[in-house]
This record gives sequence, C-alpha cells and structure tokens, in this order.
Amino acid sequence: MTIDLKTLNIEPRRQTFGHIARRFGEDRPASRYEEGMLDVQATKHFHYKPFWEPDKELYDASRTEIVMQDWYALRDPRQYYYATYNIARAGMRAAAQHNFDFVEKRGMLGNLDAGWRAKVEDYLLPLRHVAWGANMNATQICDRGYGTAVTAPAIFTAGDQLGIAQVIGQIGMDMAGGGGEALEAAKEKWMTADYWQGIRKLVENTLVEQDWFQLFIAQNLVIDGIIYPLVYDSFDASGQAHGAAAISMLTEFMSEWFSEHSRWTDAVIKVAAAESGTNAAKLSAWFTKWRDQTGEAVRPLAAHVLGDGGDAAVDQALATLNARAAKLGLST
Amino acid sequence: MAKKLGLKQRYGLLTRGLDWETSYQPMDKVFPEATFEGIKIKDWDKWQDPFRLTMDAYWKFQSEKERKLYAVLDSFAQNNGQLSISDVRYLNAVKLFITGVSPLEYQAHRGFAHAGRQLPGVGPRIAAQMQSLDELRHAQTQIHTISHYNKFFDGMHEFPHMHDRVWYLSVPKSFFDDARTAGPFEFMIAIGFAFEYVLTNLLFVPFMSGAAYNGDMATVTFGFSAQSDESRHMTLGIEVIKFLLEQHPDNLPIVQKWVDKWFWRGYKVLGLVAMMMDYMLPKKVMSWKEAWEIYFEQAGGALFEDLARYGLKPPKYHEQATADAEHLSHQNWSIFYNYTQAAAFHTWLPEDDEMAWLSEKYPNTFDKYYRPRFEQWRQMEKDGNRFYNNALPQLCQTCQIPMAYTEPGDPTTICFRESEYKGDKYHFCSDGCKDIFDNEPEKFSQSWLPVHQIFQGNCGGADLGDVLKWYNMNVGADNMDQNVSPEQALWDKWQAERSRVAAE
Repeated sequence: MTIDLKTLNIEPRRQTFGHIARRFGEDRPASRYEEGMLDVQATKHFHYKPFWEPDKELYDASRTEIVMQDWYALRDPRQYYYATYNIARAGMRAAAQHNFDFVEKRGMLGNLDAGWRAKVEDYLLPLRHVAWGANMNATQICDRGYGTAVTAPAIFTAGDQLGIAQVIGQIGMDMAGGGGEALEAAKEKWMTADYWQGIRKLVENTLVEQDWFQLFIAQNLVIDGIIYPLVYDSFDASGQAHGAAAISMLTEFMSEWFSEHSRWTDAVIKVAAAESGTNAAKLSAWFTKWRDQTGEAVRPLAAHVLGDGGDAAVDQALATLNARAAKLGLST
Repeated sequence: MAKKLGLKQRYGLLTRGLDWETSYQPMDKVFPEATFEGIKIKDWDKWQDPFRLTMDAYWKFQSEKERKLYAVLDSFAQNNGQLSISDVRYLNAVKLFITGVSPLEYQAHRGFAHAGRQLPGVGPRIAAQMQSLDELRHAQTQIHTISHYNKFFDGMHEFPHMHDRVWYLSVPKSFFDDARTAGPFEFMIAIGFAFEYVLTNLLFVPFMSGAAYNGDMATVTFGFSAQSDESRHMTLGIEVIKFLLEQHPDNLPIVQKWVDKWFWRGYKVLGLVAMMMDYMLPKKVMSWKEAWEIYFEQAGGALFEDLARYGLKPPKYHEQATADAEHLSHQNWSIFYNYTQAAAFHTWLPEDDEMAWLSEKYPNTFDKYYRPRFEQWRQMEKDGNRFYNNALPQLCQTCQIPMAYTEPGDPTTICFRESEYKGDKYHFCSDGCKDIFDNEPEKFSQSWLPVHQIFQGNCGGADLGDVLKWYNMNVGADNMDQNVSPEQALWDKWQAERSRVAAE
C-alpha cells in the first residue's frame, strides 16, 4: 500500500546560480560545496589599493608566481564547506577525547618507561609550536591566496593546526598531572635546545615567505609531509617498546588528520603542476628547496630521539615524500 | 591525582603559550604590518581574551548548530516554504541581502584572516581567526539558504557578478574594500567595533526580524543560528577598542578618527536597510527611526558614555544621522523607485495602509515632504506613465550613493559638497563624506564609481541595455516595477493553485 500525500508540485525556474551554470555549461543542480565555494571571492573593480601592499589589488592572483587560468580548478577532494568541515572535525575530536578519557582512566601514561617519557616530553610537546607556525601559515594562505576553492580549505587548515597544537597541549598537561610545567619546559627546549633550533629556524623562515603557493608547498607538502611520518610513525613505533601505547592513542587525531590533509594538499598541487610546465618547474624548485632545508632541520631531533637510527628514519621520510611528490608531477 | 586547572589558566596554557619571540627572523618581518598605522602596543599580554574557546569546543558547538540549521533548510525546501512567506514583495529584501550583504560576510572572512595573521598578539590573532571561520560560515549558510529562493524567484542568480559591477552594490562593496585595504588595526575598529558592535543591530537584526515577521523561516533560522557567533564578534569588537585605548595615549586620536570615519561609512550603507525596513517589508517590524532610537541613540549612547573614560567622544556627525532618520528611508526608496529599470530588485509605491503607517511613524516629515511625491507618481502610474528616471545620477565620491540627500535642516534642497585634489574636483553627498575624503584623498580619489565608469565606456556599452547586459541582468524579470514583474504573476498563480489544492 502506498500513502499518497497531497502536495503542490511547483517547478523550479532554475537549478542553480548563473555563475555556476556557466561553469557547468548547463543549468543543473549544484552541490552545497559548489554553491558555497565557486566564484564567491570578488574578482573585479576593486575600489582602493591596499595600504599594506599598494602595488597589488585587494584580491590579486599575482601574490604567487604560480599562474592558473582558472583558480577554481584547485578543488578540495573532501568537498568541505563550513558545515561539513566542522561536523567532520567534531567527530574526530570527540573520538580523540574518548581516547584521552580512556588513557586517564587506565592510568596508561604511567606505563611509559621513564627514559622514553623524557623523550616524549622532548619531541612531542614542543611540536605544538610547529603547529602554531603552521596555523599562521595556513591563515596567511587564506589571506593572500586567490579564489575560494583554495582559501576556504586554508582557513579550515588553520583551525586544524590550532586544534592540533591544543591536543599536544592537553597531552602536556596530562603528562604533568594536570599542570603547565611540562609545556613550559617544552617551550624552553623549543627556544634553546640544540636539537630543536634547526626546526625553529625553518619555521621562522616560513613565517616571512610572501609567495602563498610557495608557502603551501613548504608547509602542507614538505614540513607536514616529513614531520608527521617521522614523529607519528617512526618515533611512535620506537615508543612501543617503551610502554608508549598511550602516546599512540593520544596522537591518533594527528595521524588521521595528516592522511586527510594530504589528500587536499596533493589534489591542489597536482592540478597546479599539470597546468603548465612553468608551474611544474617552479613547484619542483620550491619543493627541493624546502625539502632539503627540512630534511637537515629534523636530523638533530631524529638523532636525539632515535639515536643512530635517526638518519635512517629521516631518509625514509624523505624517500616517501619524494615518491609522493613525483606522483604529483614534481621533479625531485 | 591530576590537579584540574581553571578554565582561564587552561585556556592560557593552550593558546597564549603557543607564541614565541622569533630570533632567526626579525619580528618586524614576521609581523610587517604591526606599526605602520601608528598604533602603539606596549604589552600584548594585557589583552583580555573575551571568550575562551579552544578548537575542540569550537568544532563541537558549531557542528551542532550546523546540523540543526541544515535540517531546517532541507525541510523548508521539501515543503515549498517559499510559498508561505507573507508576500512576494518580501523577497526583494532577500535579493538585496544576497547581492549586497552576503558578499560582505565573505569579505569579513578574508579580512579577519588578514588580521588573524598580522596582529602580533596571540589572543587577538586567535579570536580573529575564529571570526574568519565564522564569517565564512555566514557567507556559505546565506548562499545555501537563498539558493532555494533562487530556484523560484529573480534577482538573486548573479549575486557575485553583480556585486562586482552594479551601481548601488558598489556602496556596500566599496565600504568593505575600504576596510580591507586599511591596516589590520583600522580593520578591527572598522569592522570589529564600528560595524559588528555599534551598528550590527541596525543591519543584521532588521533583516532577521524582517524574515521572522514575514514568514521566511529559512532566513530566520540562519539568523538565530548566527546569533551566538555574532555575540562573540561583538565582544571582540569592544575588547579591541578598549585594549587600543588602554595601551597608549597616542592611540586615542587615531582611534577617534577611525570611529568618526567608520560610523559615517557604516551609517551610509545602512541607508539601504532603512528603506528595506520602511518600504520593502510587507509586514513591518519597526520603522528605521524607531530602530535608530533604540539601537543607536540609546544603546550607542550608553556605549559612548562608557568609552568616555578613555577620552573617546561619540562619532562626529552622529547628531546629523539622528536628524536624518526622519528622511533617510524615504529619500532612498525614491532613488530606487527612480532607477528600478537598472536595479536587480523591484520597487513599488506604498499602498494606502502603508502610507498611513509611514505618516504615523514619521509625523514630522512623511505627509509634508514625501506623501505628495508618492501620490504624484501613483497618478502617473495610473495614467500609464510610470516614472523612470533616465538620467544617470551623480554619485558621492565617498559613499557612492546617488547625490539625492537633502541639506541638514532643509529637506527641499539637495546637499552638495566638493573638494579639490590634484587639480580634479570631487563631489560629496554630505559633510561626513567630504571629511572622509579630505582625510585620505589619495585613497578615495581611486573609487571605482559606477556612473563614471559607464560614461567612460567600461561597463559594456553606451546605453542602458548594454550596461544591464554587462550586469548579467535578466531584463524584464530582474528589474522594473513589482507590479509588472513575471515573478508577481507567478506568485499569484502559485497562490491560487495553493488555495485550490487546500480547498479540494
């Protein structure tokens, strides 16, 4: 039996906005990702030159050396708009909180060997400053970037990097029994410990980079692409012999986030590299420049954590990254 | 046992502690915009975080709100909610909103990203980043809400294209371009304080209340959903101004100049809201004059009394804006009635009951100055000669509104002001707009004035048809009087069908 609801059937007069139908080549329904993103940024007839950069327009494609015929080709494979982004992150963060509660309830941080515990405090807690630098860079990409296709995910990434800095902060507080002592000690290491200075210098160098697409390569592909596998795979794997299962659980958010973040990063770079030989050459040059800096910068940290195994772990992270970059159309 | 920290300490550790003094790169290269506006900050640590929101809480609250909002939007679409609004005329307010206001939400998103990168203090930087996320939310939820109306009604289908080109949309666009091209501190005062704190109740609230009064459940739902974001934004705005004024006495004259400027800039943009409230809403919420009394004279008055302890004075020309409240909406509606052939929404003459309402709300001015004008136009329309003004208007160099406002205290004389800069003459609608130009002539001489651009041949061609085509306007549907619009005819048909189905 069917129930026949009496409704009024009213035909829509159009399926989507004109600027979207023109992109489709036809008037058909658009997704919320498409409607919330396509052509949303102003492109023409700006009234005043920025005080802070008088030689450019407010939105200006020339804030990078990369040239795209259509900046809206740089799509996000996750198709995030604000709602779907927040719903996804809220779910991930709730799962992470569940892990925090589990670790606390079982007193799992107490299972860490004392020596490894000190190592974790050395390598993991100062990483929140790296994430904070990444937050600034993502915000910079949103600010200076061109076209909502890439700038909207950039501000989502800024939120992610701040969230990650705060997950690390929470781990640091839990490790100190609820106070801030371990985090304060970690900041001191970030500022002065030899094995952190290469990375701090690297991060500070990114903070003054004005070409937003170069920054995209430096941060999203290279720095994240080396540090996440090194820390959350290699360091974490070594920790397993020292009772560090709790650390794996508490940093699961970062592992999960990194693989999702890489999908976006890769999609953007792949399209930009495929656009022209000039783009591919520039992206490749930036890639090798930042890869070499980052590779050298992380070696002292890897040696501090893994001893003689440090270089091999870095080499492995670099090899993985090179293979990934090659698949994106970059020469390495 | 773990010792639990208080919320403030915990927030401090999770955010304030993230920042560091760079040493491999100089701080003034990391924050290149920290000083050029002349603002002096002695101690960023004195910043009081107005809301202590960590990202986990942010994601949780915002995702809950989004789930509810999109459930309502889906149900609204499924149930043809567009047919339940008070009257088809109401949608003209929605058209004004999507073409004029939603793009500003987007601009705010990018502007707060700029401030969220450039402000050297970690507290305000994070607050600005969260506001950047929120403003993207507002732009996207508004587009998604209005997307459904766009499927059935005209005037919304080209909102970004029109925002960059159409003559009256250069008013809100230039307003935000002005704030965006300023330094980060001026942006925070312009948008964070003047717009989001002082004037928000005169922009956002009238549109959302208008939606509620007129049965637009989709718009009112995003309005409610955005309320908790807006209250965070207001708190940030007030914290910014207090912080700047507390940090250094040299900041006061700079901030005062910005407050004066951004009050007047904002007030001029709000003229569009004034006519929306008094003329476009079939079911009226309150008059512009009443809104001005409550939200500016009373609430703003109390605010500036509070800020007086820092030496800050109420914005220059606020008395004039109050006196203008008797005239603003009538003069603006007249401008749009004149030029509806070139606008992407419809106008109409007020009906008898609306005229009576206007007489009651504006006892000093409506019957004396404006009723006769509307009655004459009504007669012309009856005679088959609906009035359209075919001469392009002169625009104010600063606010970009056609120069149709009257002299303060003399509602029968048009107000003209002018200044000379580098041998050229520039024209203004008011002393406030002239002052703004005179303070920054290099900036405001750059204005992309739509009428000048049309005359220079930069807008598709020499006659109106060419220009409207360049606007991507669907001529005969998006523009002209409400009474002759295809959308009015369709509405009448849909409502008849609805009654027929209901009667079966």
